[in-house]
Amino acid sequence: MSDLLNRYGALLTTIFILLTGFWLLMLIVLPNIYLFETSFRPYLPVTEIGGPKDVFSFNNYFTFFNSPIHMNVFLWTMVYSSLVTVICFLIAYPLAYYLSKVAPGHLLPTLFLLLFIPLWVSEVLRSFAWFIILALKGPLNATLLGLGILDEPIRWISGFRGVVIGLVYTYVLFMLFPVFNAIQSLDTNQIEAAEDLGSPWWRTHLRVILPHSKPGIASGAVMVFMLSAGSILVPTLLGSTTSRWFTEIIQQWMFESQDWNTGSAYAFLLLILCTVFVSVVMRVFRVKLSDIAK
Amino acid sequence: MSAGVELDNVTMEFGSFRAVDNVAVNIQPGEFFSFLGPSGCGKTTILRMVSGFIQPTKGIIRIGGKDMKGARPNQRPTALIFQNLALFPLMPVWENIAFGLEVRGVDKATRRAKAEELLRLVDLPDAADKRVSQLSGGQKQRVAIARALAVEPSVMLLDEPLSALDLKLRQHMRAELRAIQKRTQVTFIYITHDQGEALAMSDRVGVMSHGKLQQVAVPQDIYNNPANGFVASFVGENNILPGEITGEEGALVTFTTASGTFTARKGPGVSKGAKVRLFLRPEHAKLSTSAGAGNSVAVEVTDVAFEGNFISVHAVDATGQAYISEARNDGSSVIPARGDKLHIVFDGANAVILTGDISAKDVDE
Repeated sequence: MSDLLNRYGALLTTIFILLTGFWLLMLIVLPNIYLFETSFRPYLPVTEIGGPKDVFSFNNYFTFFNSPIHMNVFLWTMVYSSLVTVICFLIAYPLAYYLSKVAPGHLLPTLFLLLFIPLWVSEVLRSFAWFIILALKGPLNATLLGLGILDEPIRWISGFRGVVIGLVYTYVLFMLFPVFNAIQSLDTNQIEAAEDLGSPWWRTHLRVILPHSKPGIASGAVMVFMLSAGSILVPTLLGSTTSRWFTEIIQQWMFESQDWNTGSAYAFLLLILCTVFVSVVMRVFRVKLSDIAK
Repeated sequence: MSAGVELDNVTMEFGSFRAVDNVAVNIQPGEFFSFLGPSGCGKTTILRMVSGFIQPTKGIIRIGGKDMKGARPNQRPTALIFQNLALFPLMPVWENIAFGLEVRGVDKATRRAKAEELLRLVDLPDAADKRVSQLSGGQKQRVAIARALAVEPSVMLLDEPLSALDLKLRQHMRAELRAIQKRTQVTFIYITHDQGEALAMSDRVGVMSHGKLQQVAVPQDIYNNPANGFVASFVGENNILPGEITGEEGALVTFTTASGTFTARKGPGVSKGAKVRLFLRPEHAKLSTSAGAGNSVAVEVTDVAFEGNFISVHAVDATGQAYISEARNDGSSVIPARGDKLHIVFDGANAVILTGDISAKDVDE
């Protein structure tokens, strides 16, 4: 704080703090408080708002627990978000290992640039691109057919397939960078020491590299999971008739039923239940929150 | 159990840089062998080639008579102790030690028993369940040694493992390492830039410079009969006088320098006309109040350093040539004062004429 003051002077420091405070308060804290309060009130005609029926209750939350369909959608959202997280890890870990310990240093800037370029395009456009790529008569099927790998085209966007592909593509970098950082901080001598003691490569990964990168994997997994479970764009664009994502239900409550009260309750349920789920998984894998913060 | 290591004209090139240049040495089974040299002389490269992390560009490495070409580190009967030890911080001490056994599929009870046995060997019996971070520098050292011994290597490779320790502990660990080596009879190959370590611990020492092996000999010979100017100047202190051989006088030669003409022994490979220097150890350069009958040069004392067990006297002669003389602090010698006018006298048999470059260490001075 005093460091900031010394470096930028009183005026600039005040502006920084006010801007940050404004951003936090007006764009994050207040809207959430508003939604939180809304979630406890009944959905009423405008004339009855503030009237005798407008009392706080948990009714909006009970709506979820009384609806097996919604609970089912939530469950599948958890399952497929977990699947997305696992696939992201399976892609990101070898890549992170390659980038941090194998790739020659002079290639790194180029490789990172190649990884970053897709991020320059907006998520909407990228999802639309996948919609085209995965189409029945799209380039992916055309290529696979042309190469003789497939005999007839695959309907990629069916079930949760399109959603999973889209989410993995959108969020894999959120797994890659924490894991890359974690593996990079591992002393290469430890990998060599394990090999010198006779360890085959897979055991070195299992006993030395993976345990060391656990905090990075955990923070990557939490990010990918939360972002996937909370994603609305990808499930909407790449979803099929049979793939329902929990965020779509929230959207329905808010924009189709105009019931912001139940919608907010569902949004907070998503947040709370995801947090519980993540905490349980972290407990199972013996990761502490303080490990992730490192 | 222990195996010899043979380096058969081994060369290692990184691009156009030749890190190790045609090194040939035959290390005996059970020997404590040190590679001694300044940083960048190629000694660590040799160690990495023997352990299998890099493959030599030319030449053959044999361990126990077997050509190691293409063998990965996990396929060689060697164990490397890293400069920073590279213990696994997430495993308790005993799992660190037993890691090599775990890899070999030894069951847990046996692993644990073996780890405890090795902890007793390195004099750390209660540390099995401690975390690595709970150990002191010296204790970590012992765990690293135990971890390497656990796989019962034929050859132990040590990459300056004592350099991070403080002086007292280093001296203690020297004796400890030597004792462990004698007990286990494993071949030790030790890399160091510390001449004291190399001389005190080794059966034989190989002195390296610029990727070349300059001399391989027992420690006494390295110090007393250096093969060339580099070895003489890198190992221990020296008075170095440039000049030329002007005649022979029995077993000795006469050597003319700017500071006078002296008699000295002729070192190996010294021929008339070659670029040579005279090397004289400080302990053989005696200070005297009167000029001697033989080799003698008048000097003025510039500095006196009292080192405890000996006194180091720096002096300079009329031509500006600097000298160092050391005298034992046993009461037999008078401690001179700065500015005293004295004579350096020495026996020609204790001075040696050598060819070759001198080490950067002495050039700096």
